[in-house]
Amino acid sequence: MEYFDTFVSILGSAIRLSIPLLFTALAGLFSERAGIFDIGLEGKMLASAFAAACAAYWTGNAWAGLGAGIFVSIIFSMLHGFASITNRGNQIVSGVALNFIAAGLTIVLGTAWFNQGGRTGQVPPEGRFSGIVLPGAEMMRDVPIIGPLYANVISGNNILTYIAFLMVPLSWWVLYRTRFGLRLRAVGENPGAVDTAGVSVVWLRYRALIVTGFLAGFAGTYLSIAQSAAFINNMSAGKGYIALAALIFAKWKPVPVMFACLLFGFLDAFANFMQGKSIPMIGEVPVQIFQALPYILTCVLLAGFIGVARPPKAGGVAYTKER
Amino acid sequence: MNLQSSANEPAIELVGIDKKFGTVHANKNINLSVGKGSIHGIIGENGAGKSTLMSILYGFYHADEGEIRIQGRPVTIRDSQAAIAAGIGMVHQHFMLVENFTVLENVMLGAEGGQLLAKGVAGARKELKRLETDYGLDVDPDALIEELPVGNQQRVEILKALYRGADILILDEPTGVLTPAEADHLFRILQVLRDQGKTIILITHKLREIMAITDTVSVMRRGEMVATRKTAETTVTELAELMVGRRVLLRVEKGDANPGPVLLSVKNLTVKDGRGVTMVDDVSFDVRAGEIVGIAGVAGNGQSELLEALAGIRKPVSGEILIDGKPVGAADPAALRQLGLAHIPEDRHHMGLVLKFEEYENSILGYHHDPRYGRGSMLDLDAVRKSAEEQIEKYDIRPPNARLKTANFSGGNQQKIVVAREIERDPKMLLVGQPTRGVDIGAIEFIHRRIIEMRGAGKAVLLVSVELDEIRSLSDRILVMFAGKVVGEKTSDADEQTLGLMMAGIAA
Repeated sequence: MEYFDTFVSILGSAIRLSIPLLFTALAGLFSERAGIFDIGLEGKMLASAFAAACAAYWTGNAWAGLGAGIFVSIIFSMLHGFASITNRGNQIVSGVALNFIAAGLTIVLGTAWFNQGGRTGQVPPEGRFSGIVLPGAEMMRDVPIIGPLYANVISGNNILTYIAFLMVPLSWWVLYRTRFGLRLRAVGENPGAVDTAGVSVVWLRYRALIVTGFLAGFAGTYLSIAQSAAFINNMSAGKGYIALAALIFAKWKPVPVMFACLLFGFLDAFANFMQGKSIPMIGEVPVQIFQALPYILTCVLLAGFIGVARPPKAGGVAYTKER
Repeated sequence: MNLQSSANEPAIELVGIDKKFGTVHANKNINLSVGKGSIHGIIGENGAGKSTLMSILYGFYHADEGEIRIQGRPVTIRDSQAAIAAGIGMVHQHFMLVENFTVLENVMLGAEGGQLLAKGVAGARKELKRLETDYGLDVDPDALIEELPVGNQQRVEILKALYRGADILILDEPTGVLTPAEADHLFRILQVLRDQGKTIILITHKLREIMAITDTVSVMRRGEMVATRKTAETTVTELAELMVGRRVLLRVEKGDANPGPVLLSVKNLTVKDGRGVTMVDDVSFDVRAGEIVGIAGVAGNGQSELLEALAGIRKPVSGEILIDGKPVGAADPAALRQLGLAHIPEDRHHMGLVLKFEEYENSILGYHHDPRYGRGSMLDLDAVRKSAEEQIEKYDIRPPNARLKTANFSGGNQQKIVVAREIERDPKMLLVGQPTRGVDIGAIEFIHRRIIEMRGAGKAVLLVSVELDEIRSLSDRILVMFAGKVVGEKTSDADEQTLGLMMAGIAA
């Protein structure tokens, strides 16, 4: 029973850690399926985390924080679009540049405005998204197996967590069941087909990037005002890249993306749990080994264990009408 | 009958269309009238302005001057959307299909019939069914494009245009990627479409297709529409002359072969492709000095792999290749070059050239160790450019500019760059793959003459081509490949039908 409690606690932690990955990976899904590589997910997450923390600190309203996070993330996404769609620049360079801008700007502005070495002020409780206890959680708690799972894993999360999981079927529905989704998938494979069908490639790709900005805004917001209560320097800490890895691991499909993010979240939670614990026969293992696990796994998986991951065919290439 | 009606009611008229790109005058005062319910061919060399004209019709470009009239009404075609609305459908040379979509999804793309796909699907299925029964365009709507043969993919392109209500169908070099049987099938479909009142414009550089299927034909040369004829009243020779602007020899004249000793010998060669499928199966033959041996066959019957094995690019599974009677060891293109083997690869874009290089850089690819071009690891760029300029002059490569990016040369001139590079090294043996694919008629004549000259100079030439005409007019001996085996040998006077049957694996 003790093992089960531990497992439940790791699972709950895994869910919380996988949410920013899930939002970000879904954000990347829209961009990359439309043929725009987005290495700048990390920067969008960081910039929106900062914006959300600032807005929530000043207004004391979590929803204002979310709005600011989304707004800034969409601005970043549009900059990426302006460089790589309108001006046909290199998408990787543009994305990396945005990452640098986000890393630098959040420190400079944060220091200038809050004077706490890059931290923003502590966001008051009403400016944060806090856990929601689902009905019946207390009653269920004593039911074996299901009870603790329901009370500690499913219930008690903040609203953004539930939104994240709702986004998965919603993304699937948009991509596979709507006109926008059909065109978006087509433009990532063969923009010529979309253009000759009389649909604007440029506008379609911009719309995809708006969706990307929107979803990445949730991820940043979650980091600063749901998971914590302030913005901290470089708080995205490479999660944008892990999300990108999850996206590739999931072969650019929404439901597998969710499982990939949960897996990476679980590894992260497991690493936290193993901190300072000793393994029978081996003894205490340096925590860094566990912290490195998600990255090692990423390398191993991407190196061929998932079969051929075929990216959208037109990805990374700016569209030029041919003669 | 179709000619009669066409004279009365034109489906599409171009009046004084003019288009310049900077200093290039791509279309000069073009006038064209295509009758309703007819098949009209537009023929011209690469760069004659055919594609520009069609791009103007489909809204990719805007004419600087001139008017387009559809069914008698003047229209402005701002973009593809407007072209579709005007009833124009286009089948592009490179298919505009999403390969991992189904046929149905491709057909619906851009004409989904609502925000949600579910609404349009049933209607689209019904419409596809109707098009299938009306025009004999049968394709499984749920098949993935990437799993369809090329001929069926092209049918999907036609379906896309018809689904959008096209009355005028433009096909840009439609048979370039098709097997002869698929091309015949396409022509039957086009005839049905015409008989049901559709107007078809066929752009091609293949004279034979024009003669076979069109009702009327226009010839373009250097941006101008130089002539329009009724197909029944013209000849291949006249059209070829109009295209090039001078007399062209369609059949190369050559003397009798004077074969010498065996230079290249292949014994029981077996080659597998990347997937492990046997593509060349126990093939043996000799090529003598001073003869051209042609390998005929439908694309994909092992010719490419054979050529690659001989050029040292692909390692054979078993068998022997002998040059001058000596077995060649491990596959190594550089070593083979040392032995006097030159190779004009089948696909100049992937194997013959680096398109982003300037012309002079490509003119020494694979020969950069030649002491003439520098010492040690340093290149003597002046020497390289000088030799490139000599080749440009000798092979009439246009524009004559060794510093121009290779991608900016036309297909024919790109091919001449490769031919010049390989022939100028004075090899003993020459492997030639598809020497005139995507090359215009003037350059074809030029390249054919060079190959004949090599034979006259006592070189051993092995020619692989899917163009049966080319094989027949150049080769002294013809080997036919089918399913990886050489199924027979004929002399160059073998008739087309016999060879065709052998290529289909029916007779030996």
